[in-house]
Amino acid sequence: MTATLDLRDVVVLADGRPLFAPVSLTVAPGAVATVLGPSGIGKSSLLAWIGGHLAPPLAGAGHVLLDGRDVTALPAEARRIGVLFQDAALFPHLSVGGNLAFGLAADVRGRTARRAAVAAALERIGLPDAADRDPATLSGGERLRVALMRTLLSAPRAVLLDEPFAALDPATRDRIRAMTLRHLREDKIPALMVTHDAGDAAAAGGAVVRLAPPDQPSA
Amino acid sequence: MGAARRALSAAALTAVAALVLAPVLAGLAVTLAMSAGHLPALGLSGPDAGPWLRLGAQPGLAQAVALTLWTGGAAAALSLALAFAAAPALHGSRAARLLAPLIGAPHAALAVGFAFLVAPWGWLARLFSPWATGWDVPPDWPTVNDPLGLALIAGLVLKEAPFLTFVLLAALAQRPVARDLAAARALGYGPRAAWRLAVLPACWPAVRLPVMIVLAYALSAVDPALILGPTLPPTLPVLTLRWFAAGETAMVLPGAAAAVAQALLVAAAILGFLGAERLWRARLAAQAARGDRGRPGRPGRGAALVVALPAAGAFAALALWSVAGRWPFPAALPATWSAEAWGGGQGLWRAAAATAGIGALSVALALALAILWLQLAGPLARAAEAAMALPLIVPPTAFAFGLAVALLRIGLDPGWPAVVAGHLAFVFPYVLIVLAGPWRAFDPALLRAAAAVGAGPVRRLAAVRLPVMLRPLCTAAAVGFAVSASQYLPTLTLGGGRVRTLTTEAVALASGGDRRVAAAFGLLAAALPVAVYLTAQALPGAVWRNRRALRGSP
Amino acid sequence: MRAVFALAALLALAAPATAGDWEDTLAAARGQTVWWHAWGGDPRTNAFIAEVAAEVQAAYGVQLEHVRLSDTAEAVNRVLAERAAGRDAGGAVDLIWINGPNFAAMKAAGLLHCGFVAQLPNARFVDLGPGAAAATDFTLPTEGCESPWRLARFVLFHDPARVADPPSSMAALADWAAANPGRLTHPDAANFMGATFLKQALVELAPDRDVLALPPTDAAWAVATAPLWDWYDRLRPNLWRAGRQFPENETALIQMLGDGAVDFAMAFDPAAAANAVIRGVLPDTVRTVAFPGGTLGNVSFVAIPYNASARAGAMVVANHLLDPAVQARAQDIRVLGAYSVLDPARLDAPARAAFDALPGHPALPTLDALGPTLPEPHPGWMTRLAEEWARRVAR
Repeated sequence: MTATLDLRDVVVLADGRPLFAPVSLTVAPGAVATVLGPSGIGKSSLLAWIGGHLAPPLAGAGHVLLDGRDVTALPAEARRIGVLFQDAALFPHLSVGGNLAFGLAADVRGRTARRAAVAAALERIGLPDAADRDPATLSGGERLRVALMRTLLSAPRAVLLDEPFAALDPATRDRIRAMTLRHLREDKIPALMVTHDAGDAAAAGGAVVRLAPPDQPSA
Repeated sequence: MGAARRALSAAALTAVAALVLAPVLAGLAVTLAMSAGHLPALGLSGPDAGPWLRLGAQPGLAQAVALTLWTGGAAAALSLALAFAAAPALHGSRAARLLAPLIGAPHAALAVGFAFLVAPWGWLARLFSPWATGWDVPPDWPTVNDPLGLALIAGLVLKEAPFLTFVLLAALAQRPVARDLAAARALGYGPRAAWRLAVLPACWPAVRLPVMIVLAYALSAVDPALILGPTLPPTLPVLTLRWFAAGETAMVLPGAAAAVAQALLVAAAILGFLGAERLWRARLAAQAARGDRGRPGRPGRGAALVVALPAAGAFAALALWSVAGRWPFPAALPATWSAEAWGGGQGLWRAAAATAGIGALSVALALALAILWLQLAGPLARAAEAAMALPLIVPPTAFAFGLAVALLRIGLDPGWPAVVAGHLAFVFPYVLIVLAGPWRAFDPALLRAAAAVGAGPVRRLAAVRLPVMLRPLCTAAAVGFAVSASQYLPTLTLGGGRVRTLTTEAVALASGGDRRVAAAFGLLAAALPVAVYLTAQALPGAVWRNRRALRGSP
Repeated sequence: MRAVFALAALLALAAPATAGDWEDTLAAARGQTVWWHAWGGDPRTNAFIAEVAAEVQAAYGVQLEHVRLSDTAEAVNRVLAERAAGRDAGGAVDLIWINGPNFAAMKAAGLLHCGFVAQLPNARFVDLGPGAAAATDFTLPTEGCESPWRLARFVLFHDPARVADPPSSMAALADWAAANPGRLTHPDAANFMGATFLKQALVELAPDRDVLALPPTDAAWAVATAPLWDWYDRLRPNLWRAGRQFPENETALIQMLGDGAVDFAMAFDPAAAANAVIRGVLPDTVRTVAFPGGTLGNVSFVAIPYNASARAGAMVVANHLLDPAVQARAQDIRVLGAYSVLDPARLDAPARAAFDALPGHPALPTLDALGPTLPEPHPGWMTRLAEEWARRVAR
């Protein structure tokens, strides 16, 4: 279930003009690469494009490869690239367990097996009794843990992290970040993180890409 | 925030609620009393089961009740399904603006237009005759007033599906739709499944009450049923209207019983809806829990077209008929043209003036009361707001006639004041719903800044809050006007026949009037609220042309 | 004491109207608003009433408001409700276009202001003698409780381009329908036009017409209506939509004839066909069918409820409607085509000449061409017909 994430000459275009110099990058299974850059340069748009979520008027160019296979032409749902948002994006009408089951891959069949998988996942993030809770009653850190697990349960081949820890207080932040990185490493999933925070990049320990205006090469 | 302030606020709330709800509650009480055989004016005092027994003995009653449940239930269900199907394609699209004419136009106007489109002699048959159909006389097909009520269902859907779509789009605008879609798709769900399982259910809380309002309306509507509904027997509300209008005191008490039965029918339907809602949510939750990604595919625009095309055809048919001279079947266009229907002879412009006047008065009152409500009520108001939706759920037949009797008893003449009071009951809850959100979302820092420079509460309201809230105020006014302009039964009964609006006239003319005159009334009835709506949308932009933050997006 | 008052009232009724009384009425009427509750289903009648409103405003300072009814029973109901609520003055209805069962019901319940007709100066142009058409409403003497304003006659019309040889009696109509199923219908009998259609058949088919002048007893009802229901049972399956659906009123039926959806329409107004041709609803070729055996005819009246707010104003309007010039204009087919209720013998030469000079119209029959006027049955028959029909059709 592990893969390598390859970006080749990726740019995001607004009205046909690139927002930053093309990015090329390889992320190995279990590694977390970081994208840094000034506000408004298109970091989040870059992630959206990789995931297949970029909406007009923005567009992207370049190639996304998973284990050498070009997924650029695939719709988002077929790419198997998970996304972790800053505000967790839990669905308000589903319980915590419902959110996890929603993510759990369909090939886990049978009510019992699926319940067990959800329970195990909650155990993994230290929320063993939260299955029936309303997501709105969770703290920011708890929400993010649930969102992480929801993503992992869908068996993604790569994960995109869109400033996921920015809204957390410093203490929680370190804990949740460590937990997230540990799970990604354990599951050997390549990940790409957008952040403002140099601490995030340091903790990730992977390659760091600084987006630069189009006339300067990104590094 | 002391106890005194709280008591004042409760008193203000109660006063406004009493003023707005009084007509409905009084009417309901009198109807109930009458249904129990109590009508002191006629020397009758209950309780007496006679009215109910006589009601039960009416020929065709069971069929009428079944028909009412079927047409109302099917129309509400279909409208909801279409709204759910259309919302994804319309979300964030400019095409959503085209809903405005359908939301503003009174039911009666749309129903007349739809009849003029699909009747055997209607425009649709003419467009395809005789070259495609071979018809040189209208086919003997019951395409309107059909015994199964299909035309009635279609006519109701034409109006209610856009309304629910509009509500759904407004709810979607409050949600991070793009993010939720991305989250679901990143988990492997196709766009269709993502909308169905993740995005739309999250909007459901905002849609529930409107769906109940639509259900109650579809079950209780008199005017579309008069125009498009079955005739032998008609639906229960039409039957009730007939009994009350029959000029025989013998039928007034059974009529009251029928009106109460109507209210029970609505209550039962709402219970049914709550049950169906549970089932539906359980099904959705089960599907989500299975992780069933569904078949791939994206939501289409088909549903929007299902509603938009007939509606456009209906308005076109009205426009053509209103300027037709001679128009023999099966000509697709009139043989001669005439502007006579738009002249003054049939009272078109007087009815338009009455519609505008009553609408303006009831909207002005409703706005003033809603502002008072929101200003004074504080957190208490939220719970009370739900109660204010009562007039939107209670069937008009269940209180309108009782109200007319009650008014007569206290010596109040039918006419303008009574009609405005009756309209207020319907206009106020809509105005309140539209205003409440933006009112609470108002940036309190602006008010604190004003207070800091010495502005008292009145000045803070008049000089800061209301000007900044011009756009929601305009929207509330436009919505309220459309609600007032579409009232049929309350206008009819409380006006005592003296108050003629475009809607009451369009209904009266629809089935038994000159088609050209009926078309002119129907078209103007639709155009007036739409014109008000467009003006309301343009006004903030014009007033605040130099204030970018207040212009908003029209 | 009470007897004295009653006697005085009687004497006042018996005394001919004097100019002085009428001056008082005119003075009282000035500035009043008269709410005239009148059937609003005919655009040309509505336009005519609007003209009358302008005239009485200009001439007498009376504001006339037309409350358009789809059924006169609505106004009766209103007055009834006011009576029930104890409102014996200041009522909402000042004037009603009325006749037949509605009149009978209001008169019987004492809901009308009676005896006013003799006070109208223009009543001198009308034959109000005992048994005269203008003083009798569905066999009941009007007793001054309502004032005539136009003549009504049952007429059937058709397009000779479609039906060359139309049937000329109700019995023949059923045979025609059997040969041409789906091409004939009549308005719902809850509507006065539909009830009148049945009544025309009743009068034609009843074994003994004389019983129709009396209130229907169960025995008389059974005998008199048996042939009618035989006839109707034969006719109904051949009606449009197999007799399971009916147009709401004559206006809808006339439109259906215009579309070609049916081959006949009917009205209770000899000028209806010509009116519809002029308005472009019917083709120019439409003509009225002659019924040699005659058709039902009656007089349309206006009545003033006992609790009317503007009694004087209502009387002024009723009087204005009887003005020879107004009657001549109403009879003008270019305006309305409503035949006058005035007695030509009572008009002076210029007034008669005005009537004689009115233009004709190919679709407008002369009164002679319509055959004899059949008298209306007692109102009880019409009420019962409508009820029995509803029972049979709802079944």
